[in-house]
Amino acid sequence: MIENVKFKLNGKSVALRIDSDRLLLWVLRTDLGLTGTKYGCGESYCGACTLLVDNEAVRSCQVAVKDVRGKHVVTIEGLAKNGDLHPVQKAFMEYDALQCGYCTPGMIMNAVAFLRKNPRPTSAQIIAAMDDNLCRCGAHNRIVQAIEAAAKEAKGGF
Amino acid sequence: MKEDKYLEMNFSGKFPDLEMDRRKFLRTAGGGIFILFTLWDASLFAQEGRGRRGNLPTDFNAFLRIGEDGRVSCYTGKIEMGQGIITSLAQMLADELDVSLDSVDMVMGDTDLCPWDMGTFGSMSTRFFGPPLRAAGAEGRRVLLELAAEQLKIDVQDLNTANGVVSSKKDEKMRVSYAELAKGKKIERHLTEEVKVKSPEEFKVVSKPVTRRDALEKVSGKAKYAGDIQLPGMLHAKLLRPPQHAARLAEADTSAAEQVEGAQVFRDGDLVAVLHKYPDVAEIALAKIKAKYDLAASDLDDKNIFDHLVKVAPSGEAVAQGGDLQVGESEASILVEATYLDGYKSHAPIEPHTATASIEGDKVTVWPSSQTPFSAKREVAEALGIPQDNVRIISPFVGGGFGGKTRNLQVVEAARLAKLSGKPVQVAWNRKEEFFYDSFRPAAVITIKSGTDDKGNIRFWDYHVYFAGERGSQQFYSIPNHRTMTHGSGWGSAPGTHPFATGAWRAPGNNTNTFARESQMDMMAAKAGMDPLEFRLQNLTDAKMKNVLTTAAEKFGWKAAKAPSGMGRGIACGTDAGTSVATIAEVEVNKTTGEVKVKRVVCAQDMGLVINPEGATIQMEGCITMGLGYALREDIRFKGNDILDANFDTYSIPRFSWLPKIETVIIDNKNADPQGGGEPAIITMGAVIANAIFDAVGARLFQQPMTPERVKEALAKG
Repeated sequence: MIENVKFKLNGKSVALRIDSDRLLLWVLRTDLGLTGTKYGCGESYCGACTLLVDNEAVRSCQVAVKDVRGKHVVTIEGLAKNGDLHPVQKAFMEYDALQCGYCTPGMIMNAVAFLRKNPRPTSAQIIAAMDDNLCRCGAHNRIVQAIEAAAKEAKGGF
Repeated sequence: MKEDKYLEMNFSGKFPDLEMDRRKFLRTAGGGIFILFTLWDASLFAQEGRGRRGNLPTDFNAFLRIGEDGRVSCYTGKIEMGQGIITSLAQMLADELDVSLDSVDMVMGDTDLCPWDMGTFGSMSTRFFGPPLRAAGAEGRRVLLELAAEQLKIDVQDLNTANGVVSSKKDEKMRVSYAELAKGKKIERHLTEEVKVKSPEEFKVVSKPVTRRDALEKVSGKAKYAGDIQLPGMLHAKLLRPPQHAARLAEADTSAAEQVEGAQVFRDGDLVAVLHKYPDVAEIALAKIKAKYDLAASDLDDKNIFDHLVKVAPSGEAVAQGGDLQVGESEASILVEATYLDGYKSHAPIEPHTATASIEGDKVTVWPSSQTPFSAKREVAEALGIPQDNVRIISPFVGGGFGGKTRNLQVVEAARLAKLSGKPVQVAWNRKEEFFYDSFRPAAVITIKSGTDDKGNIRFWDYHVYFAGERGSQQFYSIPNHRTMTHGSGWGSAPGTHPFATGAWRAPGNNTNTFARESQMDMMAAKAGMDPLEFRLQNLTDAKMKNVLTTAAEKFGWKAAKAPSGMGRGIACGTDAGTSVATIAEVEVNKTTGEVKVKRVVCAQDMGLVINPEGATIQMEGCITMGLGYALREDIRFKGNDILDANFDTYSIPRFSWLPKIETVIIDNKNADPQGGGEPAIITMGAVIANAIFDAVGARLFQQPMTPERVKEALAKG
């Protein structure tokens, strides 16, 4: 149904006149030009399209744009604050926790949501929280290390 | 498969007019000092050049430029897909030219800016591109020194280079920067003779660990992949696909799709596509097309495929033989005869095949996810019937390749649709299309008959490989009587061989060959009552291989015991892309469920000179992690012409919870030529796990992947 949908995107208000059944992933990538959120599988199995909706990690290939009405959507582009990278982004760089980089935005967004709920996780908790995000290059162990390091660095403050 | 055969497969393209290319490149690249060089110059590296020059360009196929701003640019047709050459190639130049890593720019995979290149695959960038790149850097430094000598009126031998500046050894104030030397110049040098590159003691950047140069773009979401290219007026295409392989489109009623607001339907032969400014709406419209197909029958499936392959295989070609098999067999008191099976595997990069194409005037530009931009250029030119000069491929970051993105079907689709519609068009395959049109790692069968004397000395080895290919099939043990036969190639097989496309998959052929060879070694060791490490060392004379084995064993803390010891550890070794690798794995087997948990993997590798130890380590970790997949779970299921796996729900790739503790050792071998690093460490993963399962529970697995069901079956056989 074509209707008005308003939500907050990376701290700014967005108002769209749109078929509100359309999927958030494509609305972000095409209508709004934010291409950091990636398509990987289209059926929620891989996590490449993960972003935050009111601080929860959400797979944007499964969410209609009407479902984020009035909510705050944060994508990889909105994670840095005043040009300062988020601690998780910094840790991914420092630990070389990526290769091709295509799954990376989804990995980082999933990790950020997880750390906000559990700022002092064990590595087993990190592994469990990240298990449904897929990486084909094999950066897994470094991603776990990066998330552990970011947690230590932030001392609980996410 | 011989290296040069590998190079020829799929990639024997036509080469552009190089003289014209040279003039064009130099014109578009602006001023400065240019060093032109080729990968295939036999005078520079005779070994790699041998046998290849026949139909490959001998002029040049890369160049570097020292610009008027003093920055160094390397123009290469290679692409960055995660393997890290954007960092390691720049490191080599920084050292040879005495500039900081930050002042080296990599211009990659742009067919208008970069000279022809065959493609990025086969762990070849560092091995084959590295030596001439370093030589070109050294030549550039020589030119700078000559220019500075003239300008400063000081002999070359009294000059130093550091940090982009040439200065007098005696008087630091007598100095001139590279920028000043390059200013207003247009100097062209061809690298034709051997130049002296730096020795390992002189390295400042090479062989030091450096983190990825592209990490900031990738963690901030700014890195552009093919699907992130957005052009004004661009339409997204969704293509009508057959329900199964070998199906022919009989009729398509597109009227309902055309009713969707903003949707346009295009048809050109078998190509039927819906274009819309939103990809999701194009997909909805596509679903409204009513199509009928003529289907072809096939009795093949993922279980009977192996019998089929052996039946249709050609009689075979001996790739290695020596001694007399009958004599060897008569000398053997311990015989082992086994058949090994391996199913189809998908490349499954997280980024599916994507291409964005635009036509302006008579010029076609495509941004694809491709490992072979110059092949893509030729394919687009052929598909549109236009000269290659009118096609430009610009390579964005590639979201994983593993061999699968050497095929460019989506590039041609995007270009055809851009021509049909007159608009920029993006074709981005969905996951189902990715599984359907993948060029799978081929299913394969290997039979081995071998034997040892009662002291565990291998006396004969009779090896037949069906369709895995030759790479990794030639054993490197000291065996007096041996024969290695390949039946069919690992790709490009005759029609009727495979039910769908097959192609190169990370270390093509070697994953299957090493699984079979190293499992067979373990079975012989077990029958001879010997420790599997000791058995290997006893039958090896190859010092490099022995060294990686003992290095891995030391790191692991290996204690001699014959298998099955109950400890659940396995060892395997192999060679790929010039690199020797040995791996030890420790597993836990749940006898009730058949689940195998890999707890620890130790891997030692001798890859000659290592350019970026950090990058090389990451590649080893990536190989080990990806290797868990084909060893334990990955298998394309199919029935007739239907591929039953369409997404990651049924096709399982490695996850966080699968990961073992990984420890890597890179042998310090700075004086040897650099070898491949992107593939070797994956080849041993099947065999180490199979051998570790046997060591844990005494059950031998003969088929990859080693799923819980197969483990339980093997346990039941005892």
